[in-house]
Amino acid sequence: MSTTAPVPAYIKPFQASPLARAGWVVLIVYLAWAMSSLDFNYARFVTGLDNGAKFIHRMFPPNFERWDLLVKGLTESLQMAFIASFLGVIISLPLGLLAARNLMPVVVTWPVRLIVIACRSFHPVIVAIVCVKAVGFGALAGIIALTVASIGFVGKLFAEAIEEISMKQIEAVRATGASFMNVVVFGVVPQVMFRFIGFSAYETDANLRNSTMVGIVGAGGIGGTLFAAFQRFDYDYVFAIVLSIIGLIMVGEVLQLWVKKVFKQ
Amino acid sequence: MSAANSLPPMPSPGLQGDGAKVWQRFTLAERLARFSIYFAIVFAVAWSVHSVEVISEFIWDAHVQIADMGQRMWPIAWGFYPKGVHEALIETLNIAAVSTLLGVLMAVPVGFLAARNATPNRFLNYCAKFILVSTRSVNTLLWALFFVAVFGPGALAGTLAIAFHSIGFIGKLFSEAVEDTHKGSIEALTAAGASKLALIQYGYWPQVKPTFWAIALFRWDINVRESAVLGLVGAGGLGMALDTAINLFQWDRVALILVTIFAVVIIAEIVVTEVRKRII
Repeated sequence: MSTTAPVPAYIKPFQASPLARAGWVVLIVYLAWAMSSLDFNYARFVTGLDNGAKFIHRMFPPNFERWDLLVKGLTESLQMAFIASFLGVIISLPLGLLAARNLMPVVVTWPVRLIVIACRSFHPVIVAIVCVKAVGFGALAGIIALTVASIGFVGKLFAEAIEEISMKQIEAVRATGASFMNVVVFGVVPQVMFRFIGFSAYETDANLRNSTMVGIVGAGGIGGTLFAAFQRFDYDYVFAIVLSIIGLIMVGEVLQLWVKKVFKQ
Repeated sequence: MSAANSLPPMPSPGLQGDGAKVWQRFTLAERLARFSIYFAIVFAVAWSVHSVEVISEFIWDAHVQIADMGQRMWPIAWGFYPKGVHEALIETLNIAAVSTLLGVLMAVPVGFLAARNATPNRFLNYCAKFILVSTRSVNTLLWALFFVAVFGPGALAGTLAIAFHSIGFIGKLFSEAVEDTHKGSIEALTAAGASKLALIQYGYWPQVKPTFWAIALFRWDINVRESAVLGLVGAGGLGMALDTAINLFQWDRVALILVTIFAVVIIAEIVVTEVRKRII
């Protein structure tokens, strides 16, 4: 008889490596521990249901009596979102180009990438807190906060879009002896234009959502009215505000999709 | 040779003779739609700049205020970290992890219901789509206000808030991934008489698995950022420490918390990038 190794009865196919399995165990144990730290139990759930029922009961019917304040807040939110998106996109265009590693030397991309990451790492509401201290209460603080958030988001997406372009067209334009600006205008922009429009539309939509929230820390818009009404337990007015915000956001989403469709050709 | 001469003259592009058609890239309707969008953008920005209420005295004062803030923030109160920040940081990370898990658990069934190929029932599709859109439209902070009113202040409210807000995001991307699956293996399974569950397990799941993990990781990264804010409305985590420090004008502690948030966000991003490389 030949001396072959004994064949095991059954080997499970596609078995994960021991390291991966240990990773899973660690993840599950961590999640279990994290959940237990939430202090959630049946008694709390029951009182919670009770509170929730009361809360929802007091929200109905939505109270649109102070609609003038509501419209004023929403208008301010809208204005903040427009200005911040415009500024954010305008500032992100050069930053995205400077951060693209296929067109720029490392010396340039690194600091620019750091700026973009710093803008992105803080939630707009946290940036708004600092802005409120710097430029006082009101819409300006919100505009600055939303602009910073836009730079962080759009700047990153612009840079990634530019890094994904085909270098053949760049080479072709360079071969004609074009200057750097000509390379950008005729080699880069045509390839990324549609994606840029998509990102900008998306960012405007995101700014609209956030502009309704930064008011919680005093940075203008409907958020301040909302938070004040919440703290006074005017839940029916809160519900009216929330419904208006949702309506505005849905209109924004439809418009965003429409803009993308128009520019798709 | 003579046949070539008898051919009608070719209309040369750019030559605008009478009756010659000029090639145009876009139709009139397309051009009008584009123009109206440009016009709307210019109008919206101009109107906003013109009518937004900005108190100019505050702008002239800004550099003084910023200098003052910088002075108060420096030196950063590192000594406060073990006492007041560490626990809040752990709570923030727990909120992010658990809420991602809950969000995924709630979003996956809704995502399957929203996908047209997995659920061939228009009514269910629209119901699921409605859930996805409405949960996404309500901001995390609004969800947090609601759950604080229901369950009282604390990490539980924050976790549920982020979990519910995540449904829309995860569910939308997941249902798109399901709709992008190839029909081949699913038809084969159907032909073999596979049950609905087996269809999902052996037909859809292997195809959407990489996307699924990418979505979950991406959402966890977002949730880490969001959970740092929720404390401002009383829903636990770093935001609560931040809110206290701001209300007491302890700007050196504010600086410490901001640095902590920055560090955590950067670490989360590195973790996501590394895990993505391994899994996908």
